[in-house]
Order: sequence, then structure tokens, then C-alpha cells
Amino acid sequence: MSEILSSSIARKVAMALSALFLIIFLLIHLAVNLTSLFSADVFNQASHFMGTNPLIQFAMQPILIFGVVFHFVMGFVLELKNKKSRNVKYVNYNGAANASWMSRNMAISGGVILIFIVIHFLDFWIPELNTKYVLGDMSGMHGGEFRYFEELQHKFMSPVKVGVYVIAFILLALHLAHGFQSAFQSMGFNNKYTKFVKNLGTIYSIVIPLGFIIIALYHYFIQINH
Amino acid sequence: MNLTLKIWRQKGPQDKGQMVEYKVTDISEHMSFLEMMDVLNESLVAKDEVPIAFDHDCREGICGMCSLHINGEPHGPDRGITTCQLHMRTFKDGDTIYIEPWRAKAFPVIKDLVVDRMAFERIQQAGGYISVNTSGNTQDANAIPISKYNADLSMDAAACIGCGACVASCKNSSAMLFVAAKVSQFALLPQGKVEAKDRVLNMVAQMDLEGFGNCTNTGACEVECPKSISLENIARMNREYLKASII
Repeated sequence: MSEILSSSIARKVAMALSALFLIIFLLIHLAVNLTSLFSADVFNQASHFMGTNPLIQFAMQPILIFGVVFHFVMGFVLELKNKKSRNVKYVNYNGAANASWMSRNMAISGGVILIFIVIHFLDFWIPELNTKYVLGDMSGMHGGEFRYFEELQHKFMSPVKVGVYVIAFILLALHLAHGFQSAFQSMGFNNKYTKFVKNLGTIYSIVIPLGFIIIALYHYFIQINH
Repeated sequence: MNLTLKIWRQKGPQDKGQMVEYKVTDISEHMSFLEMMDVLNESLVAKDEVPIAFDHDCREGICGMCSLHINGEPHGPDRGITTCQLHMRTFKDGDTIYIEPWRAKAFPVIKDLVVDRMAFERIQQAGGYISVNTSGNTQDANAIPISKYNADLSMDAAACIGCGACVASCKNSSAMLFVAAKVSQFALLPQGKVEAKDRVLNMVAQMDLEGFGNCTNTGACEVECPKSISLENIARMNREYLKASII
């Protein structure tokens, strides 16, 4: 079994499976965040449900953390191994001649996304855990009202933060533009539906990051107009 | 045409090696790239210098011997060809051309532009065959029904000449297109199914052992392959591997 887990193809498949899990997670995350565009109440309800439901908190959340950590650690382990497999570099290497920038720089786009996730953890996840599990306040209330929508708006007040957010999601778009269809190829999916998967990947890689960017810009601009 | 060539010179496997500049003059646009190299070598011999070592054999695009990383791409800028099929008309008078050996830890340089591609042989020996006795009373291959569709796909995969351009072009020095082609050509035919499981497991294990990198699906190999071997083969190898490891 250990032989299988250390094989190049098994690692590819493991990267693909964790990627598909994260792709589904992104869709759910965006769906919840989108509610903030049209109703503070719905956003509060959805956030409270996601933040307090035991199945999501104690089953899905640990799996998600594992998936994120695994995808990054394995990604960088493979990147290092791949770098080492060419011990003498080319003097003249024209990578753009035969492969897209996105496909050649997954480690760079992935690295930027990692930085964003670290910021997101410090900014959102750790305070959230502190409130709920250290201070023991599971009510989700602040001053008699749900705190989630207000906290969300607060996060998008600074133009610097919104700028970092937008850049991170542009890099996510580039990461997904290659990653989505690559995950399917790694799992051995290449048939008459491949064209459909590639198109779906392109749409997904634009729509999902754009959704997050619109949310950030929307909350930033409605606040500076008030 | 007159050209400036920047060529990798390395006396032997232990030598550090470096790029050396040469000038060639009166090169005909009808020459193949290797003929241009021959002209350069003749001029070096005439000057009592050591000619540049490079691999070549059939010079008609079928043996897989010629290599050369030309201006940042294996087999140069054209598509679907080997270096011997690359013509000098692809370049312009006054151009500077970089000529380097394939670069991969698993393909160590022997001399100048010649690399050791025995890693591919060892992968082949690990399972790239079917065990059939050719004793004289072998069954007629046409007696086994094979769909035209699969026969064509198998033939496309079998077009691989094992030149190593896939490894040379890949940013990860991955050999997966080569191994996938060799796995696929058998996996698609009934004769290959008997040993399919051991074949894919052993060939992939040998590939990993040789120190090739891991595929990240950039697709560079497919673009640079002189025989245009499709990435579909890598997906098929992944399927074969998963099937063999899980079931």
C-alpha cells in the first residue's frame, strides 16, 4: 500500500481528489456569501447555520482543513520533486511555446492563494473559533442582533484589504483555469465529454472568483457611499 | 544564410560543460538542421578542433535518435517533426540559435549534445511487451477480432519513437507521455490485456525509480511530440494504473 501511495500517479490522483473537494467547497462558500448581496437576514441565517451546525462544524470542517492542508503540502512536495528532476537547467527554455502560463505556474498561483488563506484564517476563522469555542458564545448575536453581516461589511471597509482580496481571487481564477480540467485528466477522465469538462472548467474558473470579487467590491462601494 | 550558434559543449559526463559560440556561413535553406550541424563539424575538423557530438541515425524521422533542444524547444520550433526533419528555412539569416542537450536528471549528458536515454529502455523492459512465443505456429493476428477504432488508437500510441522530447519539453521532466504511449498501445488490444495489470504497475514503478518528475498536465509534451502522441494516453494510463492498484 505504501508503494501505491508514493507512486507518481497515486499522488496525481490524490491532488485531483483534494482539488475536486475544494472546488465543491468553493461553490458552497460562494453560494452563502452571495446571499449578502440581497439580504442581510438570509446571510445571517445561513452563516449561523454553517457556524453552529454540528455536522458542518465537527465533520465537514475538519475534512475541509485536512483537504486544504493536504492539497498545499502535496502540491509543494511535488513541485520540489519536479524541480529536482531537472538538475541542470536549460540556458534557453521557451515554456510559453507549448504550454499556458497557468499550467506552468500552479505553484505561484497556489502560493498566493495560500497567503490569502493564512490571512483569511487570522482575520476570520481564528476569531470565530475564539468567540464560539473559547469564549463559549454560540449565540451568533452582538448587541441584540446577528453579528455576521456586520462583521462581513467591516472586513470590506479597507481599500487595501479589498485590493488584496481581488488579487488573490484573480490568481485563484488562473489556478482553476488549469486545475479544473487537469483534475479530471489526472483521474483518467479523457473521452467524448472532455471538451464539455474543459468548457465547464473555463466557466467555473471565471464565474466563481468573479462572484467573490463582486461581493467584496459591492460591500466596499456601498460603504464608501454612505 | 549566416547564423550564430550557441552550442552546449561538455567533454564527458563529469565535465561541467558550457555554451560555446560558433559562426556558420553559406547555409542553404534546403538543408536539414542536422546537415547544418554536419557543415559546422566539417569546419571544426578542418581546423583540428573536436567536432560536436550529437545523436542521429535514420535521418528520416522514424528512429528516434536525434534530439537537440533548439531555441528553447525540443526538435526546434516546428510541430510534429524530429530534428532531422527540421529545415533551415525555418530560420532567418542572422539568427542566433541555441542548441542544448535534453535536460533531465534521468537523461545524463554523455558528451556535448548526446544524452543517455537508457532509462527509457529500462522502463520498456519493465513491461512494455507481450509474452508471445514466436515459434512458427503463431496464431494469425487477424484471427482475433479487434475494433477498428481501438486498433487505430493503439497504432497512434505505437507511433512513439521514444526520442524523449516529452521529457525534454516538460517543466517537470516527466516521462508520462512516453510511458502512457507504451502502456496504451497494448492496453487497447486483446493481446495486451492478459498482462495489463503487471505492465502498468511495473512500468510506472520503473519510471518513478529513474527519477523522472511528476506530470502536471501542462500539455507541453503533446505539442512537442514529433509523433503528436495525445494526452488521452496519459489519462488512459492513469485509468489502467488505478484499475490495477485498486481492483
